[in-house]
Amino acid sequence: MRTAVRVTERIVETPSTVTWRFPFPHAAAPGQFVMLWIPGDDEIPMSLSYTGGASKGVTVKAMGATSRHVVELPAGTAIGVRGPYGNAFDLSARRILAVAGGSGAAVLAPAAEQARAQGASVRVALGATTAPELLFLERFRAMGASVDVATDDGTAGTRGYVTVVAERALAEERFEAVWTCGPEVMMRKVLDAAARHGVPAFGSVERHMKCALGMCDACALGPYHVCVDGPVFPAERLSAAPEFGVFHRNSAGQRVRS
Amino acid sequence: MSELSVRVGGLALRNPFLLASGIWGESGVSLAGAWAAGAGGVITKSIGSGPRPGYPNPTVETYGSWGLLNAMGLPNPGIHEYPQEIRVALAAGATVIGSIFGGDAVEFAELARAMAATGVAALELNLSCPHAEGFGTEVGSDPADVEAIVRAVVREVKLPVIAKITPNAADPAGLAEAAERGGAAAVSAINTLRAIAIDTTLRRPVLAHGLGGLSGPAIKPVGLACVWQIFERVRIPILGVGGISTPEDALEYILAGARAVEVGTAVTFAGIGVFGQLVSGLGHRLDELGYRRVEDAVGVAHETRRAGDR
Repeated sequence: MRTAVRVTERIVETPSTVTWRFPFPHAAAPGQFVMLWIPGDDEIPMSLSYTGGASKGVTVKAMGATSRHVVELPAGTAIGVRGPYGNAFDLSARRILAVAGGSGAAVLAPAAEQARAQGASVRVALGATTAPELLFLERFRAMGASVDVATDDGTAGTRGYVTVVAERALAEERFEAVWTCGPEVMMRKVLDAAARHGVPAFGSVERHMKCALGMCDACALGPYHVCVDGPVFPAERLSAAPEFGVFHRNSAGQRVRS
Repeated sequence: MSELSVRVGGLALRNPFLLASGIWGESGVSLAGAWAAGAGGVITKSIGSGPRPGYPNPTVETYGSWGLLNAMGLPNPGIHEYPQEIRVALAAGATVIGSIFGGDAVEFAELARAMAATGVAALELNLSCPHAEGFGTEVGSDPADVEAIVRAVVREVKLPVIAKITPNAADPAGLAEAAERGGAAAVSAINTLRAIAIDTTLRRPVLAHGLGGLSGPAIKPVGLACVWQIFERVRIPILGVGGISTPEDALEYILAGARAVEVGTAVTFAGIGVFGQLVSGLGHRLDELGYRRVEDAVGVAHETRRAGDR
């Protein structure tokens, strides 16, 4: 399952985000992730931002020490990839609201793309700190989604949180499903809003991961493991997990407040 | 239906299938989940004196369904923070066995006292992790060290003490004898086999730590041999560990001399539902063979062989 490959393309998406494309022949569905090994550095879980065909992709935001290092590595870098792991978004809904905060758009874009290809209507609430950090804005538009934008500093779209834009969409339109990915406090608000409108909602969550096989317990979330039972969870499961929006476990297994 | 409850050196278990240390043990909710799935008891992650992040990734490599190589590096939140997880598992009614690792007899004794205070039913001493500098196999390969550590712990606590023996030594049964001399209530055997994987494209070890430990079906015959030899040389009960994923595997271990078994990698490969399958499957097999209790089958292969030799 682990394959050593070379990065074929490095695309700068925003000032803090790059996409790596690489050959990886295993079939993958939107929502799934891979363990990306940077030899000599670390191996980190990354949701696939491109899932179709033999060329897969991940979109990395410079946050932790490893991901800061990762975004600087050039095309041609040899990496290890294992997976794909985890579950995928249910693509059966016909009217979908996707709510993305920051790099959360990386996992929602391929899901939205496939839903559009199957004829679903997709509305996207896309949030970022500032206009240049809006991830995959053009990609969402190109697939025929309608996009509502929010930025913290007001440089594009509504000034403020993407949750406000999402609430507005929920009030205006009747959706069959809400998908969300982003900071957990944001996701919690989105899931609560969806519940108020009676719309089934699903969130893709992140946790520190080691094995990605359901063994080490690093990514425990209530009775679930994000690596095998997720990363996409229905709202009811996330709401019931004591960790969601509250704490995660670090490399030592200590509880750390989110 | 055969009686599946067993007593292992003073430790009462509702069935002989324990969740092995290092699997699912970071969160108390996970331990409770393994208990709810039917495990006869759950063994915590090995806990040390302070928080320890373990090794960087990659920490695992898989080999189809026959093996799993890992070098987690004993990550754990430390004995001061971990009891909150144990409390969750105990509140769910689980029989919890606290696994501890130390660098010497003094550290083991201190950890044992603190772990015993959490309300666990027994202690398992990690004398066998194959890839942690200063711990595990490094303090568990010399019979004199094993005896001294076990004795120091037994002196400190009233709970049954289980010594987990390494297979990465010339004479694992000699280590079990040392544990018995030190006062252990039981021994568990085996821990993982020291192993390594090399990526031929990248021309480097896959695991960040280089060396790791191999588990899964591949190591079952090795674990069985250790249990076989230990059974011939000690009187205390044995917990069999290594590659158990079916009721038949468990029965093999029992016939070789194990009174209970630990299951780890099978949870990774087959999910936590494996405990339910193991419990019902073993009961069925014991019925077929005419055993009323698990304990009636323990070590029977030794008697059969001796009878055949006459």
